[in-house]
Amino acid sequence: MVKAVVKASPTLRNQPLPTDRSCGEGTPEFHRRRLVAAGLAALTTAALLPGWVLIEHAGAQTPAAGASPKRRWGLLIDTTRCTATCEACISACQIENGLEAPKSQTDARWIRKLALKDAKSGREHFLPMMCQHCANPPCVDVCPTGASFRRVDGVVLVDRHRCIGCRYCMMACPYQARSFVHEPQRDQRPEVPRGKGTVEACSLCVHRLDRGGVPACVEACAASGGGAMLFGDLHDPASEISRRLAEVQATRVRADLGLDPGVSYLGI
Amino acid sequence: MLRRIRAARGSVAIALALVIAVLAGFTVAAARDRVPERAPVFDTPRGEQCIAEVTEMRRNHMRHLVHQRDAVVREGKREARQGLQDCIACHAGEKSGSVLGETGFCASCHRYAAVSIDCFECHSPRAAPKNGEQR
Repeated sequence: MVKAVVKASPTLRNQPLPTDRSCGEGTPEFHRRRLVAAGLAALTTAALLPGWVLIEHAGAQTPAAGASPKRRWGLLIDTTRCTATCEACISACQIENGLEAPKSQTDARWIRKLALKDAKSGREHFLPMMCQHCANPPCVDVCPTGASFRRVDGVVLVDRHRCIGCRYCMMACPYQARSFVHEPQRDQRPEVPRGKGTVEACSLCVHRLDRGGVPACVEACAASGGGAMLFGDLHDPASEISRRLAEVQATRVRADLGLDPGVSYLGI
Repeated sequence: MLRRIRAARGSVAIALALVIAVLAGFTVAAARDRVPERAPVFDTPRGEQCIAEVTEMRRNHMRHLVHQRDAVVREGKREARQGLQDCIACHAGEKSGSVLGETGFCASCHRYAAVSIDCFECHSPRAAPKNGEQR
């Protein structure tokens, strides 16, 4: 409805009114009519435009529209709520993306659980480490085929149609977030293709995002009662993640590298 | 006498030529309509209508797929009925639930045409569970 109004205003402004011929251009009558029409159009547009803008921001992403540059997906992880025993995010990731539980060092890990211990105080805490979805991703810089890329909404992905498995991106990533698939794959999840000879990493569950969902790890963390992971749009100042980031002292891992990661941590 | 024989020869030659032409025509028509002995036998698709005409899909399905894969992977445009998963949802066999195998929709025809595809080294040949269905 609003779209029609926005479209209608130039129509009213540009097209001659039906009575133009009878009163003639240049007559006071013509000018008055034109002014009234333009004023009405402007008023309607002004009244409805804020609503239109709200819908634009709040509307769920439709599958056909694709990724929008107006968004940047990010995560805020509260490590004080991350416990020693809980691995809900890791198992949810494995189920969602069809990964097997890793048996060897070379098996794919899209999320790793890191344990940090302060040598002096003995304080131990944990954090999930995955692709940080950098704004300036080094994996994309080094990729010789253009397979590593950053989607307009900030999700860093591997286009495995182009990946030749050279693993430069794995070398370049300071977070060791990427894995190489060494073995032939069977029984992949229909929405998550995976194959031998290509590199892969956390995709923020793009297949879910594109349908308006949230990543599986975030969902599982909330369901397990941990509530340590907050997912949202970093470009929207009204989103919960943006408001929280404005309040708290969050840390980005290796912020000194200037990669502008999309994932922030609390309490590290 | 000699003239008569010559005239008869001419008409016989014309008649023979006609017979050969008609026979050749039949052969060509028969060859066109003939179903090859080892034509692919595949599972019947579930849907009623494909996204384009059958002739277009037979010749150009790979172009549709390549176009769609870049749109999905790089731009996140997951349009309904266009992706490989949507193809599989219709074309997977009722029994096998897959487009591969002896009578698989993809496998049978590519085997016949001696075309080696590597889609299914990464992609699942099985139909995705419908909304609400358990994985």
